[in-house]
Amino acid sequence: MAGAGGVFVFIEQTDGALEDSSLEVLGKAREIADRLGSKVTGAVLGEGVRPLAEECARRGAHTVLVADSPLLKNFTAEAYTDVVAGMVKARDPDMLLIGATHNGTALAGMLAIRLGAGLMAHVVDLEIEQGTGMLLGSVPGFGGSIVAVCKCKKGRPQMATVRPGVFQTPKPTDQAGAVEAFAVALKPEDVRCQVVERTVQHSASVSKAQRIVVAGLGCKDDLSLPKKLAEASGSAFGVSRPLADKGVAPKNLVIGSTGSSLNAKLAVVVGVSGAAHFTSGLRNVETVVAVNSDPDAEIFKHADYCVVGDAAKVVPKLISELGGSSP
Amino acid sequence: MNLIVCLKVTPKIEQIKFDEQKKTIVREGVENEINEADKNALEAALKLKDAAGGKVVVLSMGPPSFEPFLKLAIAMGADDAVLLSDRVFGGADTYATSRVLAAGVEKLKPYDMVLCGEASSDGSTEQVPPSIAGWLGIPHVSYVSEISVVGDRVRARREVTDGHEVVEVRPPVLASVQLGCNSPRFPDFRRKRWAEKEFKLRVMSNQDLGFAPADVGLEGSRTEVTGLSRMRSPERKREFIKGTEEEVAKRLAQIVRA
Ligand SMILES: Cc1cc2nc3c(=O)[nH]c(=O)nc-3n(C[C@H](O)[C@H](O)[C@H](O)COP(=O)(O)OP(=O)(O)OC[C@H]3O[C@@H](n4cnc5c(N)ncnc54)[C@H](O)[C@@H]3O)c2cc1C
Repeated sequence: MAGAGGVFVFIEQTDGALEDSSLEVLGKAREIADRLGSKVTGAVLGEGVRPLAEECARRGAHTVLVADSPLLKNFTAEAYTDVVAGMVKARDPDMLLIGATHNGTALAGMLAIRLGAGLMAHVVDLEIEQGTGMLLGSVPGFGGSIVAVCKCKKGRPQMATVRPGVFQTPKPTDQAGAVEAFAVALKPEDVRCQVVERTVQHSASVSKAQRIVVAGLGCKDDLSLPKKLAEASGSAFGVSRPLADKGVAPKNLVIGSTGSSLNAKLAVVVGVSGAAHFTSGLRNVETVVAVNSDPDAEIFKHADYCVVGDAAKVVPKLISELGGSSP
Repeated sequence: MNLIVCLKVTPKIEQIKFDEQKKTIVREGVENEINEADKNALEAALKLKDAAGGKVVVLSMGPPSFEPFLKLAIAMGADDAVLLSDRVFGGADTYATSRVLAAGVEKLKPYDMVLCGEASSDGSTEQVPPSIAGWLGIPHVSYVSEISVVGDRVRARREVTDGHEVVEVRPPVLASVQLGCNSPRFPDFRRKRWAEKEFKLRVMSNQDLGFAPADVGLEGSRTEVTGLSRMRSPERKREFIKGTEEEVAKRLAQIVRA
């Protein structure tokens, strides 16, 4: 079969903007393909998305398939599953990688069943097994405290979703791969979910921040103090998940296993207890400062500098200290 | 509306230990609970029932020791509970788990909606809900924070990267519900007593589902774990900063400015 084997990457876009995580996956896919001496095929689905495919072709894909149709304008799990399954059957790749965004995860879970394939969930690393050439994925569990190295023992392709932020975004090159149209056989009745409204505001990911102040439930519902601290220290702002669940902060500020992993030089963590689902997001932080009123709080095991105290007292003092001496 | 809620019993993950020698997870002595996000799914289903009438059935795959937790779900307001339990189901990955759960859903036909939590607190793959929908061949709406019924459609708000969207779909549909999107109700005291004394849990084995043993459990899985390791947390200084409030603030400011 023409183009059989290789690494296949689903490239996600929303309203014409590429998902960062898809590019990260594309970069890793290229690295794997180069090691195995095989090729990378990307797939872009949507309406009027050919320019995005061309961009992916400059960022490591040997071939990019474009499925362009008004029926694919919005992501819906079943319609996207239909089309990607068709592409995968046509190309017969060894591996299929997808960024573990909400849409990517929904697609992957359904697609794995359609293809009869094994699926490794939001891996934080991918390697090739010596001797077999099989894909090994590091799958975090138990809040990210334990990692299982997995492989797909049965079924093809070997599938994995990849946690956003763990691989580098590949730089554009002058060597562009091919862009090919893929005929879409969907009928309107195949799209059973109708997206009737969408509000998306692209924002810089907190995972890229150099400094960050992170607030937890110990800050109560008033986040003005930790936000002021972020401002006074030139830091980004993040939260533990329950604050976002309560609606006092947006979801994209959540740190932890279901939010972002930090890569900051400094994180000041205020009023967070230190559950495994949270602290897994601190692993790559150089220096962690924790403020908590409970001397036995778990968070102190994950901190370089620990302050036992009431956030409502410690934080204002620190703000004035910072304000008082900075120019 | 006939609503099915898939529910898992999970260990309290903060009690889980890792045996560095044997490279295994130590589960002995660890308490179990209803998976947090599944409680949110159950609450979402009960709210739909409160608003539109119908029936809520809880469905789980697992060992007989899940029974008291399913009775707790009954005490919270579920009308019925079914446990899919068989040794051959053991050791399943998301492929084999979703296959058995989907077969359980088929047994409960006709249904309008299947609700799951977005993730389990232990495995947290988030793959089982879309995979169940894959087996059933029904639409899947993920990371749902609000659901309502509008005419002949289900309307759901779901989170996407940096935002949210609202989708509408005709049942049957599977929705995975966001952790923390609602406050699960407490078990009703009298219902709890009734559930413990009189409620009969329906248990289905593989005889009822009729799978070839090679299609379920460990054997029916598509993935395997080749090794476990503890994710190394970096060594932290863990220095406690002491002194008057002023001294603490000064020292903190130095660290923050560095
Ligand atoms: C599947 C799953 C995924 C999850 N994913 C995430 C995730 O990605 N990110 C995440 O954060 N959580 C996640 N969680 C939730 C996680 O398990 C914890 O429940 C959560 O992190 C706790 O948030 P918190 O520390 O802000 O709140 P709490 O645990 O309530 O802690 C509040 C802390 O504030 C302290 N405090 C109280 N008052 C004060 C005061 N005046 N001054 C100073 N300190 C004070 C308390 O001592 C306490 O330690 C997940 C859970 C599950 C089940």
